[in-house]
Amino acid sequence: MAVEALGSAPRTKVAPWNDPTVRGWVFQVVVVGLVGLLAWYLVDNTITNLERQKIASGFHYLGREAGFEIGDTMVEYSPASTYARAIYVGMLNTLKVSVLGIIMATFLGTLLGIGRLSNNWLLSKICEWYVEAFRNVPLLLWLFLFYKLISEAFPGPRQAISAFWGTVFLSNRGVYFPVPLADAVFKWMGVALLVAIAGAWALHRWARRRQDATGQPFPSIIAGTGLIVGLPVLVWLLGGAPHHMSWPALKGFNFDGGSVIQPEFTALLFGLVLYTSAFVAEIVRSGILALHKGQTEAAAALGLTRGQSMRLVLLPQALRVIVPPMTSQYLNITKNSSLAIAIGYPDLVASINVTINQTGQAIENVLIIMAAYLSVSLSISAFMNWYNKRIALRER
Amino acid sequence: MRNTLAATAASIVAFITSSTAMAGKDLDAIKARGALNCGVGIGTAGFMLADSQGKWRGLSVDVCRAVAAAIFGDAEKVKYAPLTSQQRFTAVQSGEVDIVMGNATWTLTRDTALGLDFTGVYYYDGQSFLVPKTLGVKSARELGGATVCVAPGTTTELNLADYFRANKMTFKPVVIEKVDEIRAAFFAGRCDVYTTDASSLAATRAANVPPPRTFDDFVILPEIISKEPLGPVVRHGDSQFADIVRWALYAMVEAEEHGITSKNVDEMLKSDNPAIKRILGVTPGMGKALGIDERWVYNIVKQVGNYGESFDRNVGKDSPLKIDRGLNRLWSQGGLQYSPPFR
Ligand SMILES: N[C@@H](CCC(=O)N[C@@H](CS)C(=O)NCC(=O)O)C(=O)O
Repeated sequence: MAVEALGSAPRTKVAPWNDPTVRGWVFQVVVVGLVGLLAWYLVDNTITNLERQKIASGFHYLGREAGFEIGDTMVEYSPASTYARAIYVGMLNTLKVSVLGIIMATFLGTLLGIGRLSNNWLLSKICEWYVEAFRNVPLLLWLFLFYKLISEAFPGPRQAISAFWGTVFLSNRGVYFPVPLADAVFKWMGVALLVAIAGAWALHRWARRRQDATGQPFPSIIAGTGLIVGLPVLVWLLGGAPHHMSWPALKGFNFDGGSVIQPEFTALLFGLVLYTSAFVAEIVRSGILALHKGQTEAAAALGLTRGQSMRLVLLPQALRVIVPPMTSQYLNITKNSSLAIAIGYPDLVASINVTINQTGQAIENVLIIMAAYLSVSLSISAFMNWYNKRIALRER
Repeated sequence: MRNTLAATAASIVAFITSSTAMAGKDLDAIKARGALNCGVGIGTAGFMLADSQGKWRGLSVDVCRAVAAAIFGDAEKVKYAPLTSQQRFTAVQSGEVDIVMGNATWTLTRDTALGLDFTGVYYYDGQSFLVPKTLGVKSARELGGATVCVAPGTTTELNLADYFRANKMTFKPVVIEKVDEIRAAFFAGRCDVYTTDASSLAATRAANVPPPRTFDDFVILPEIISKEPLGPVVRHGDSQFADIVRWALYAMVEAEEHGITSKNVDEMLKSDNPAIKRILGVTPGMGKALGIDERWVYNIVKQVGNYGESFDRNVGKDSPLKIDRGLNRLWSQGGLQYSPPFR
């Protein structure tokens, strides 16, 4: 703007090479040109190198049979599936551990952050030790530790620890638990759940508005929870209450039937959550500390309990300080999940690495992985920016 | 631990930026550097293992030493880089290492689409299965439903899936990158079975069983489910260097065939046998053809030994592994080790 303001001054006297606008443009064109040349040189050089060494290139390999098995998949997959499918399976596994990790780290971290501010000396010390311990040891070591603990501390499948009257089995192969056998009703229960969530949200908004207008509170949290639990159950009952289960049972070397949470996943999720929650705790704590002490005192003067003042007065304001640094913690969880390969959880990086090795097409695969992580990161950032705007201070 | 993806990315950057003027000049670069960069595994007894002084030993290591002896006249001029199964090929493609001796199987795809060249076979191997005796399994056919520990990016991983598919059995893989972590997971009972090349299973059984259990608590199942010809890997593009690597290994085999050993090589220099005179460079010509010193075979045998000596010392009868020479006997003794003629 300053440039335009200058430019609008009597410009007839200025020679083009002294005109800041012209000079600005020239510099930009030169820089873009140089970057373009460099990119062209690198691409050309790469292609020449690939040809010289006779390394295959292109994306055709994606449609070929992968030929390797994956130990933990959320969708149908077999060695006869394509490389594209194997990469997709890895991507879903990365998303699974990242999304769960983000949710759990947020909860645990918030509790820890509030705990550190507690008047209870013991509680606040425990939270402080926790934060220091987890922040100061590299995540990879935590992952190895958790993985070793699970595989060394739990018995083999034949000596599995059974819990809940022999329905759940704990062993070094993971936690086996019963699951309902597939039934058409479950799809409708899913739909009911989504409807109930939307309903609960609408109810919550209505209750807020009414309270703002009339001052009458409405227990929207309890009602909403009831809706979210009740509606799917109602659908289940209407659908004839199908209750056939798949039970885990020892067969040959391993358990068969039911469903399993494998040690690699558990170790990775625990590692990510426990490690990241230490950082989240610090963010939450500093967010609350950033508020003026008068806020606490005013809330107390209004007769709010400590819990109410935390929930209704302090946390909502602290959120404005908390959200931006939280975004980078969420991005960290997603990126750190790629340490999976060290303990054998089949994430995106694992699929990509195997594909690189079997096809030799490193450049194409690294492009895919960059695109994948970039889209996840941008989605998280976009969501957090949206949320940040929503909770921003509205001046009235 | 080195992050694999970061390593791959670094290799790609090296690859993208490396100047094409270097084409076919790997040998010149090695000579200018004064040392051979040799990629090896993380640690497998008998094949590639750093001792307490950090000195690498093993049958695979000896091939790198032989190449260094051929080029520099000194088998010690080697820099070793431990690589996982995931890292080894990108490392050699990008020129980070000159040669990979990571027990890599020679396959068509690797030889072509990966831009690599295999120069021979230093060990004829095959894939098998290691199980604890307590599992009570006698044959690989009984492994249906088992959990199997395996390294990623290997032929092993593919053969495993093929074998179970062909025999209509299912399995659950546990895929971990570093070989010591795979072994730890297997010994902790995370898997019922560990599968890789039989040679490496023998090494694991001989050297890695954590006490109180011993060697005898584990068995290698009788089935060999694949062909795994393990060879030195160089990158495609410098055929002179590839030739030196190829013939350095053949020199070890040819020396054994002619009874030339590290002990008698000095006397052999005085031999009247025209073949031995050619091999040892007493009659010049072979060295010149390869572009290296005429005494290259002498240096290899004197400093590293012939193939049989290296085999016996590292993995054979004089080693804890006690692997039978089997397919790796000389062709004249019913094996597959065979060098084209030195003339
Ligand atoms: N021969 C197979 C497998 C060879 C392989 O990489 N095995 C690894 C892991 S089981 C190994 O032996 N590494 C030796 C080491 O790291 O010490 C192949 O080339 O794909």
